Amino acid sequence: MYPAYMEESIRKVEATREKRLKETFPRLSDEEKTPLLPKYHPDYVAGTMRQLLLGPNKGDYTPNEVAELLEGNSRINPDKIDLDKIDYDVDVLVIGGGGAGASAVLLARENGANVLLITKLRLGDANTVGAQAGTQAADRPSDSPFIHYLDTIGGGHFTNIPELVEALVKDAPSVINWLETLGVNWDKRPDGTMHELSGGGASRLRLHSARDYTGLEEMRVLRDEIKNRNINYLEYSPIIELVMDDKGQIAGAILVNLETNELSLVRAKSVIMATGGIGRLHIQSFPTTNHYGATADGLVLAYRVGAKLIFMDTMQYHPTGAAFPTQILGQLVTEKVRTLGAQLVNVDGEQFIMPLEPRDVVAAAIIRECQERHQGIETTTGQVGLWLDSPMIDVIRGEGTITRELPAMVRQFGRFNIDITKEPMLVYPTLHYQNGGIKINTDGATTVPGLFAAGECEGGVHGRNRLIGNSTLDLFVFGRRTGRAAAQYAKEAKPSSLTLEHVRQWQRELEQMGIAESRPISPLLLPDYARRMPDYLPEYSRQVLTAGQVKLA
Amino acid sequence: MAETARMVNIYIMGKHYQVPEGLTILMALEYCGYRMIRGCGCRAGFCGACATIYNFKNDSQLRYDLACQKTVEPDMYLVQVPFFPAAKALYNLEEIASTGEQVLSLYPELVECFGCNNCTKTCPQDLEVMWFISDALRGDIREVVNKSFDCVMCGLCAARCPQGIVPYNIAILCRRLYGRYLAPPSKHLEDRIAEIEAGKFDAEIEELKKMEESKLRRLYAEREIEPAY
Repeated sequence: MYPAYMEESIRKVEATREKRLKETFPRLSDEEKTPLLPKYHPDYVAGTMRQLLLGPNKGDYTPNEVAELLEGNSRINPDKIDLDKIDYDVDVLVIGGGGAGASAVLLARENGANVLLITKLRLGDANTVGAQAGTQAADRPSDSPFIHYLDTIGGGHFTNIPELVEALVKDAPSVINWLETLGVNWDKRPDGTMHELSGGGASRLRLHSARDYTGLEEMRVLRDEIKNRNINYLEYSPIIELVMDDKGQIAGAILVNLETNELSLVRAKSVIMATGGIGRLHIQSFPTTNHYGATADGLVLAYRVGAKLIFMDTMQYHPTGAAFPTQILGQLVTEKVRTLGAQLVNVDGEQFIMPLEPRDVVAAAIIRECQERHQGIETTTGQVGLWLDSPMIDVIRGEGTITRELPAMVRQFGRFNIDITKEPMLVYPTLHYQNGGIKINTDGATTVPGLFAAGECEGGVHGRNRLIGNSTLDLFVFGRRTGRAAAQYAKEAKPSSLTLEHVRQWQRELEQMGIAESRPISPLLLPDYARRMPDYLPEYSRQVLTAGQVKLA
Repeated sequence: MAETARMVNIYIMGKHYQVPEGLTILMALEYCGYRMIRGCGCRAGFCGACATIYNFKNDSQLRYDLACQKTVEPDMYLVQVPFFPAAKALYNLEEIASTGEQVLSLYPELVECFGCNNCTKTCPQDLEVMWFISDALRGDIREVVNKSFDCVMCGLCAARCPQGIVPYNIAILCRRLYGRYLAPPSKHLEDRIAEIEAGKFDAEIEELKKMEESKLRRLYAEREIEPAY
């Protein structure tokens, strides 16, 4: 239920609806877009990024929160780790249990590898399940991989790595088919034609969905398949350091049991990093759509063994995070709401941006409308937002469309007595996605021999801005590619003796630079939302109470 | 929560705490100092990790919800739901039939349902769980798909079933059978995959990959845009 003063603004939104039904807000030209982003997109806010002081990306800019962790101290003392005691010995180790990790482990197994998947939370606890809108694939006769390529690279401001985009768009239809063969239910017409929708920055109807539970549907099927195939997986067991061999190849990893702090050593001939995103770092204090474990662990681990990162100075702020009610602040209001026809309007019910521009453009326009033009609506907690006029969907597409196409959204707002079929949703940008990540080639191979990366933790596919429906696609395209390639790599690998010398060297470098003490321990593993412990508690009990933050060996 | 938040009395595993009004159960636990490891996932109502059971100081009736989506209410008694394994049939989707008999042979306990409806009452997604179990028993796989589609597999229904039925695993079997065998095939998808495999788009994409940026920008700006609806 909205407070009375917000209802007044909603009356204005209702009053302009008829006019807006006939109005097409023009797309921005290249010339109009160019000044918008530097002025209003959060990536450009002065003082929020800094240069990395060491490592393969020394000198490159990244958000302060990411830089601190990339330059962090190891959780282990290498001298206390016995590398002769191997707990798990496998061909391919997959780190991460989301859509990319699940695809990778299935394909690695299919390609003959002895595999182990480890994950920080439960199998399937990942941003994948929260991906509502859909997966892009150019499979309609009026569409083509060529057009999909053009949309993707234009959305990424022509910075994407061409070979990766090519892999993305050419694999897309077979990914849709692969998922269907595993039992994913796509929205279809009775004659079998896919029910496809448009999206921000897409020039064709290309979005395949499963109601607004697309990622959930994809993930629960993959999880079920992993169980059916008896693939080994360990839950609540994140990796805290990668292990190398003395020839400079990846040779395994050290994992920790989150509940007991017990460490285990995995020896592996190749390792696939599929650890997902960074939303829980709350860059610039933004709320996030991301799951609890999205803390950049994979970036930190890969960086410490010398893997090059790419586009680490660009984050995606989803234009429409919930701004009201507070209980769901920053949670995702799927772009599918705009895809279906909802417009973005200000306090007076007027449009200010074409709703299907690429995400960075829409987010910047919302911030401009609120901060410069003061046309936003302030909630009782001081959060400002703009209206996403959801009831228009049923006006345009017929009554019942919202309930049929957006059951998750109807349910989520319905819990707080907001009926989105009748009243608009209040939204503001929220931290959503890491556009960049670990640099890969078309096999998902990183710059470190034996280390592969797939999904959100890898970068280059989307350039500086990702389009709707290209992230779930990325998971499956590069999950499958890395699964195959890592299995192949493992067959040919010639392992040598294990070492943690890279950790010693990293720590020495931090000490020599005099920054070891001022940097946190990383990877972070979990955000700390527990209310701060009172100061009068002795140090040891504070450490017990914030267990995730202590050094483990 | 407003700046001068009113405080609400809650009880976590019997212990009394005061938390600001307007927090979700998950936020309230964290406000009280709990650092979640289990029982916390997407924090947005999609993953089913935070299934929770609660009742009230003067009302012992158990209630069920997702901790990340439910707002705390005065005198709530909160617990964390312990983990317990649920029965799941193992099968090779390529080797089984898309029939009701198949579902029943993988989950024979289906016939034990006596219609107590506890599953439906516990569902935080408000799904008609008992009715899709009944559909499964009748072999109506399509209806199981329709009714169970929004299932987040939180496990509460299985936790409360006196007959040991695991509705969410039966439902995913039906959905996978439907997606694999019963959904109408998409000819345009098959055609496109064949075209890609035949290399139909290779030359034009190769050209895009090599194109200088100014030309690429022009091509992008001038591309034809299909109406969204």
